[in-house]
Amino acid sequence: MQIIKDKQRVDNTWQFIADDAALIAGDITVSLARWQQNRADLVAHNGKVGLRLKASDSVEDFAEDLTNIKLVELDFADFSDGRSFSQAWLLRGRFDYKDEIRAIGRYLPEQVFYLSRVGVNAYASEKTTDLDAVLNNLNDFTVKYQSSII
Amino acid sequence: MYQYTENDQILIDERVAQFKRQTENYFKGELSEDEYRALRLRNGVYIQTHAPLLRVAGPYGLISSKQVRKLAHIARTYDKNYCHFTTRQNIQFNWPKLELVPEILAELATVQMHAIQTSGNCMRNTTSDHLAGVAVDEIADPRPYCEIIRQWTTLHPEFDYLPRKFKIAVSGALNDRAATQFHDIGLHLVKNDAGEVGFKVFVGGGLGRTPIIGQVIKPYLEQKHLLSYLEAILRIYNLFGRRDNKYKARIKILVKETGLEEFTKLVDAEWAHLRDANELSAERVDELKAHFASPAYDVTADTDTSFAEHKVNNKAFATWLAHNTAAHKVSGYTAVFISLKAPDMPPGDITDVQLDAVADIADAYSFGEIRATHRQNLILADVKQADLYTVWQKLAALELATPNIGKATDMICCPGLDFCSLANAGSIGVAKEINEALDDLDYIHDIGELKINMSGCMNGCAHQSVGHIGILGVDKKGAEWYQITLGGSSENNAAIGERLGPAVAKDEITKAITTILDVYVKNRLEEETFLEAVNRLGINPFKEQVYANN
Ligand code: HEM
Ligand code: SF4
Repeated sequence: MQIIKDKQRVDNTWQFIADDAALIAGDITVSLARWQQNRADLVAHNGKVGLRLKASDSVEDFAEDLTNIKLVELDFADFSDGRSFSQAWLLRGRFDYKDEIRAIGRYLPEQVFYLSRVGVNAYASEKTTDLDAVLNNLNDFTVKYQSSII
Repeated sequence: MYQYTENDQILIDERVAQFKRQTENYFKGELSEDEYRALRLRNGVYIQTHAPLLRVAGPYGLISSKQVRKLAHIARTYDKNYCHFTTRQNIQFNWPKLELVPEILAELATVQMHAIQTSGNCMRNTTSDHLAGVAVDEIADPRPYCEIIRQWTTLHPEFDYLPRKFKIAVSGALNDRAATQFHDIGLHLVKNDAGEVGFKVFVGGGLGRTPIIGQVIKPYLEQKHLLSYLEAILRIYNLFGRRDNKYKARIKILVKETGLEEFTKLVDAEWAHLRDANELSAERVDELKAHFASPAYDVTADTDTSFAEHKVNNKAFATWLAHNTAAHKVSGYTAVFISLKAPDMPPGDITDVQLDAVADIADAYSFGEIRATHRQNLILADVKQADLYTVWQKLAALELATPNIGKATDMICCPGLDFCSLANAGSIGVAKEINEALDDLDYIHDIGELKINMSGCMNGCAHQSVGHIGILGVDKKGAEWYQITLGGSSENNAAIGERLGPAVAKDEITKAITTILDVYVKNRLEEETFLEAVNRLGINPFKEQVYANN
C-alpha cells in the first residue's frame, strides 16, 4: 500500500499489530494500551515501534517515551473529532516530536491542509484516488493567520 | 474600518476556490451527505425547510456602503429581493441555490466579505458593541481586538472541529451591549491600576437549551496575553469538551461539570506553556488601532442650529430623535438607528431597494459605514446634527424610521415555522400580531424600554431566555403553544427569565402579552422600567392576571 509522506507517494513499511495478535518482526504500530502493558518487550522489539492513537488517548501518557516511538498514527474514527488535531499539535509543539505523524482512518482529504499545519506529515488511505486529493489539497492555501508547526 | 491586506484577500479567494471544489465533488457524489454538510456549514450554508440558507459574516457588525450594495445585488440576483440581519451581526439569505453558493461567495470576496465559520462546530464570527468607537461610556475601542481575534479564529487549523460551536464577544464600554456574559468567551476591556488596558475574561456563558451566565475566569488579563490565553481555553475545550451528546457539548457544560475552579486550573496549566511564546506585540495592536482611527469629524458640527429648530417644529422628528438615536462621544454628532422593525416587515429583514438607499445615505452622511446591532437593527454611527433632519426624512420615506428602538415592538424574532425545519411554532406571525395589537406609538413610548424576544423552539436563536419578556414556541400534540418568561436580561445585570406558568395557546399569546403590559402600567413606580418592575414585584402579579380566566 502506498501513502503520502512529506508530499511524496511512498510505500508503507509499517504494520499494525492488534492487541490480541502476536508481535512480528519488522516495523510495527500498537495501541497505547499495549504499549503501556508490554513496554519492556516493545522497547526490545526487533524493528521500529510506533503507536496508533485513538482520539481519546492522552499524549501526556507517553510523552516521556517519545524517543522510543518512531511513528504516531492518529486514527480518526470520525472526521469531526477534532481532538486528533490537538494531539498532533501537542506532539510537535509541546513535546518536540520529530518523527512521522500519520493521519489514518476516516479523516477527510479535505482536512489535510489543517492537519499539515498542526504537524501531520503523512497520510494513509484505502482509496488511491484519495491520495491524489491529499496531494492536491495540501496546497489549498498559500497564506495563514496563525503560526503553525511547519 | 479594517481594510484587507493582500494576504487577507488571497485567503478568502483561496477559500472560495476550495469550497467550489467541495461543492462540485459533492454533486459528483465524491463527498457524502455528512462530509459535505460539515464543509458547507463552515462556509455558512445551512439547509432549511425550503432552501439553503447562506449566513454571511459581518465582522463585529461593521459593513461598508460598498458591501451593503453588494448585499443588495445578491438579494436581487440570487434571492427574493431581501436579506435578514441576525442577532450576531451577520446577514442571512433565505433562498439561494446550493450550486450557486460558490458564485455568491466569489462575489462577496470582491468586497472583502465571506461566510467562513458562520455555522458549524467551530469558532464563529466575533461580535461586539454596535456603538464601538463612538460610545460615551467607552473605556477603550474593542474593534482592534475584535479584528485580532477575527484573524486568529479564521481557518485556525487546530480548532475547526470543536465539540460544538464557539462564540466570542467583546465589549469595551461600561454598559455591555454585546451580551458578552452569554457567550462561550466574553471579553470586557478594563483598565488596571496603572491605567493599562487589559481584559476581564468570562467563560462558559450561552443561550440555547440550557441558558447559563458566563463566569469570570480571569479578572485581569494583560493585553499581550490575549491570544495565548484564548488558545489555552480552546485547547482545553477541544480536548475535554463532551462529544458524546451534542446537547451537552458546549463549553458551558464542560465548565459546569468540571467546576470553575478546576477548569481554571486546567486552563492555567495549559497557558503556562504558551504565554511567553505567543505574545501579542504592542506594535501589532497599534497597527490595528490605526485601522479604526476616528474619521475626520467636523469640529464645528455642534454650532448648527437648524437641528434644534426642526425639533421644536416637527413632532414626528422629535419623537424619532428621542427613540432612534444614541449619544456620540463627539459633540455635534449622533449615532442613528435604522429600525428594521417596521410593523409589516419580519424583524431584521431588509429589501434590496432599502439596502441600496441605506448605502447612499451612509455615503452622504456617515462616512460610508453601516453597523448591525444585536437586536437586528442597523446604525449610522457618525451623523452630524445638521444632517439629522434630512437623514430622518430619507429613512422615513424608506420605512426605516419606525421610532421604536428598545421598545415593545423592537422584537427579536427567529424565522420559526415559516423557514426553519426545527421549529415547533411560528414566530414571525405572532410578532406581527403583537405589533398590530400595539399599534399606538404613544402607548409603546409610555411603556418605555422593553425587550421582547421570541424563538420558535428551544434552540433559542432569538435569545428568548434573556428577553425582558421571552416567548418560546413549544409543540403540544401538534399544535403551536407558547411559553412565556419574564425578567431576563443580557446586559450588565445578566439574568435568565423566569417561567410565568403553563404555555398558552396561539390564539391567546397576544392577549397574554398585552395583559402583562397592563399589569406593569398599573403597578409601576415613577420612572421604573418594565424590567425593574418585574424584579421588584416578582412574577406573581403578572401570573395572576394572565391566567385569571383559565
Ligand atoms: C432557519 C434556520 C435556522 C436554524 C436551522 C437554526 C438552528 C439553530 C440551532 C440548532 C441552534 C442551537 C445550537 C446550540 O445550542 O448549540 C441555534 C442557535 C442560535 N441561532 Fe439559529 N437557526 C436558524 C436561524 C437563525 C437566525 C435567523 C438567527 C438570528 C436571528 C439565529 C441565531 C442563533 C443564535 C444567536 C444562536 C445561539 C444561541 C446560543 O448562544 O446558544 N439562528 N440555531
Ligand atoms: S429558535 Fe428554533 S425555530 Fe427558531 S430559528 Fe432557531 S432553531 Fe429554528
